[in-house]
Amino acid sequence: MSRERRLDRRGFLGNGLAAASATLLGGCDPMSEQPWVKRILDSAETLTRVTQRALLSPSDLAREYSEAEISTEFKANGSTDPDDDAYKAHAASGFANWKLQVGGLVGEPLALSLDELRAMPSRTQITRHDCVEGWSCIGKWKGVQLSVLLERARLKPDARYIVFYCADDLGETGTEAGKYYESVGLADAFHDQTLLAYEMNDHTLPIPHGAPIRLRVERQLGYKMAKYVMRVEAVDSLSPIRRGRGGFWEDLGYEWYAGI
Amino acid sequence: MDAQNSAAGNQGEVIYRHTGAVRITHWINALVLLVLLMSGLQIFNAHPALYIGSKSDFDAPVFAMRPIMHDNQIYGVTTVLGWDFDTTGVFGLSGDAQNGYEYRGIPSWATLPGYQDLSMGRRWHFFFAWLFLFNGLAYLLWSLGSGHLRRDLAPSGRELKHIGASIWDHLRLRFPKGDDAKRYNVLQKLSYLIVALVLLPLMLATGLAMSPGMDAAFPVLLDIFCGRQTARTIHFISASFIVIFVVVHLVMVLITGVWNNVRSMITGRYVIAPAEEKS
Repeated sequence: MSRERRLDRRGFLGNGLAAASATLLGGCDPMSEQPWVKRILDSAETLTRVTQRALLSPSDLAREYSEAEISTEFKANGSTDPDDDAYKAHAASGFANWKLQVGGLVGEPLALSLDELRAMPSRTQITRHDCVEGWSCIGKWKGVQLSVLLERARLKPDARYIVFYCADDLGETGTEAGKYYESVGLADAFHDQTLLAYEMNDHTLPIPHGAPIRLRVERQLGYKMAKYVMRVEAVDSLSPIRRGRGGFWEDLGYEWYAGI
Repeated sequence: MDAQNSAAGNQGEVIYRHTGAVRITHWINALVLLVLLMSGLQIFNAHPALYIGSKSDFDAPVFAMRPIMHDNQIYGVTTVLGWDFDTTGVFGLSGDAQNGYEYRGIPSWATLPGYQDLSMGRRWHFFFAWLFLFNGLAYLLWSLGSGHLRRDLAPSGRELKHIGASIWDHLRLRFPKGDDAKRYNVLQKLSYLIVALVLLPLMLATGLAMSPGMDAAFPVLLDIFCGRQTARTIHFISASFIVIFVVVHLVMVLITGVWNNVRSMITGRYVIAPAEEKS
């Protein structure tokens, strides 16, 4: 487990530092492990989400930048080359036979090739990508608005979340359970800037950045913007999926609402 | 020194120095700022580099803490505006050659949690950020409504004119006695005002400017601070100034009578040292 790995690393600290940290943080580190402490701290996430939802109108757009401001080096975080046989086969053929699956609580499940996605109405935007780690990069994205896809698939009224299943096994478990996934609520799913992007900086989306398509959710942090999206599913609840927190990083303790 | 002050205090006049509202918000703020600082340093450690502008120019941070290899030897290096400083064992690289190194910007004893865990750091930070907001608003509204701000904190023109004398007295560690000690001196007033009305609100505003959600709701945040990465840099600099304030504040508490000062912030009662001479 990752927590054990982190604790092991403390063993490498110098004696002085370890002693100081044990004295100063003796009370705090065990507290960070307590479920009730986590629950109390988590209440802030709800407060932040409700407050930001109240302040953000659906039409509020994330800032869009000029061509001149595009980052020369756009950092690729997380998986940069999925080690998955089916994915590698698709990548080798330029995703010619690949199809995006759209299913779950929809009236008409879809299977769309990259050409079919490209033939749909598109949106292009130059936006800032804010990583949870603290850095920002600016990139140009072209893709299909998620709202267009959901309308074509005739989203059912009981759908509340859109879940994105990805090809990359970031959890390195060698099974489906370690693969990246993410989810957004309908407010973000139907936002104008929420795209399934197939182009970055006027080129076909490169593999380190999530080929063949990645999600863009511009009013949240980078980890919401799943790369290597294979399947989109509309659901009424996130709790039956994996550990129930709505995403790969969320299941490891990060906030589902990543607007801050 | 403590005993001496108490002895002197026994002869002095006892005044009611701090109201309940000041005492409560002071102690909540002290705890909240400590947690915000340490969890903030945990978050900083996820990418211990600062930039100017909207985006990160990874090759040219204005400030960075990182491990580098040089002649097969590993060093912790802190870069400030292009100048490199060897901070092995403290910043950029924790530990030592004997017990092993750990790649981290800020050492373990200063972060919350002590081990590297960005998600826990964020949980602590944002929960306490809300407490900071509620406590700060309560303090500011009360200070405005009760006249605390105008009566106790706003320096008069006369005080500002004599600021030179106050600085000179402080440098010689001579502090007001008698009637003059019943109110804050001009340097106290100015430093409390700068912290309460400039640095702490700046922390909140630059913190919000780092939120992609708030940036969409209030794009003006990005214009005020010249981009998200500049806001992040200002957040760090402003936090550093608050740390400097707290260090000076604690030193002043220590050298002007630790027990009298701490008691006045707990019970409100403060003993005035008798004036030696009228000036």
